[in-house]
Amino acid sequence: MSTEQKPAKEGLFSKKNRALLIDPLNSNNPITVQVLGICSALAITVKLKPAIVMGLSVLVVTTMANLITSLMRNMIPNRIRIIVQLVVVAALVILVDQVLKAFVYDVSKQLSVFVGLIITNCIIMGRIEAFSLGNTPWKSVLDGLGNGAAYGGILIIVAFFRELLGNGTLLDYPVVDMLGLYDFGYKNNGMMLLPPMALIVVALIIWVQRAKTPSLIEKD
Amino acid sequence: MQDLLNIFVKSIFIDNMIFAYFLGMCSYLAVSKTVKTAMGLGLAVTFVLTITLPVNYLLETKVLQKGALQWLDPSFAELDLSFLSFIMFIAVIAAMVQLVEMVVEKFAPALYSALGIFLPLIAVNCSILGGSLFMQERAYENIGQATVFGLGSGIGWLLAIVAIAAIRERLKYSHVPAPLRGLGITFIITGLMGIAFMSFMGIKL
Repeated sequence: MSTEQKPAKEGLFSKKNRALLIDPLNSNNPITVQVLGICSALAITVKLKPAIVMGLSVLVVTTMANLITSLMRNMIPNRIRIIVQLVVVAALVILVDQVLKAFVYDVSKQLSVFVGLIITNCIIMGRIEAFSLGNTPWKSVLDGLGNGAAYGGILIIVAFFRELLGNGTLLDYPVVDMLGLYDFGYKNNGMMLLPPMALIVVALIIWVQRAKTPSLIEKD
Repeated sequence: MQDLLNIFVKSIFIDNMIFAYFLGMCSYLAVSKTVKTAMGLGLAVTFVLTITLPVNYLLETKVLQKGALQWLDPSFAELDLSFLSFIMFIAVIAAMVQLVEMVVEKFAPALYSALGIFLPLIAVNCSILGGSLFMQERAYENIGQATVFGLGSGIGWLLAIVAIAAIRERLKYSHVPAPLRGLGITFIITGLMGIAFMSFMGIKL
């Protein structure tokens, strides 16, 4: 263990470490570029509040799971690593689930099975496999924070548009009604509340992002 | 009998794992480039769902639920272990996948090499754990219903991934705007297919 606790020679926020934190936000986004963690992402973006809670939960779990597996990385036998990772992640998710049930019960009910599905969220397993098993704890924490924040960011963008256009509210606050748009014949688009629209909103985000950063465009 | 048929049809079309809940999207997007591999993964997922659901159902009703351990000793009537369900379910799934992998390797080597890496990866496919968690939430009455729900969900998933793989094979010959190529257009098509599947929602069973 002593070799891992050695203080990093490079500063805590050196350029390389900053890149770990910032890259996932755009050029290496977990959802739109790495295609990880879509499973539990889309079904809970009908409203802003559950999306924020979900984003925060995933942020906590990725960061902690990255930290713990990184600390244990020299002790885990390669053959059973998937099970070890699953146990670490499952234990963290149980903690998150109990906290949500205790403090925000209504949101926890709305998220239903999707809190449990954080366990099999590919972002967490993907980042553990690809990053924290081969890097020092501090770097893994930064990587977890970056990816968790990027995931939450996409959730919040999708949920923002779906709640605003579909319901005319933001965080249950009747924004469109306040602006008085209904007087001009504006109607909420109920279609935005249907599950398939989440996919199409994400596709539009991908379109905008790739049009701005052409290096991400896939070649056939 | 009728309730089983009911659950079966409902889990394939109305509560489709992909189009209604987006479960298992990661492998759905990653493995849907050709119909052949999509078919293999779909079959494996169906199989694992069908065998893990009854096991997890027994675990849920005989061990985890409040008072479920009463059959062991009446003093356990107040015991509620349901907070352990995530870790128990995922352990069962991981163990089952390992078991299936060994059995398939031993008795059907051809299928084993055809499935390759996808077999172990099923352990982290959200649709499997999702199936168990939906089973817990919807509280099915008996083990038969749980099994049929697993089978139906698996077939629904298989249907979805084979359909998108077939569309993606054809899509190679079309002119998609460059930034939408690959991932973007797959998302949009899945969304459109989801809207099509929503037409089943009006069906009362």
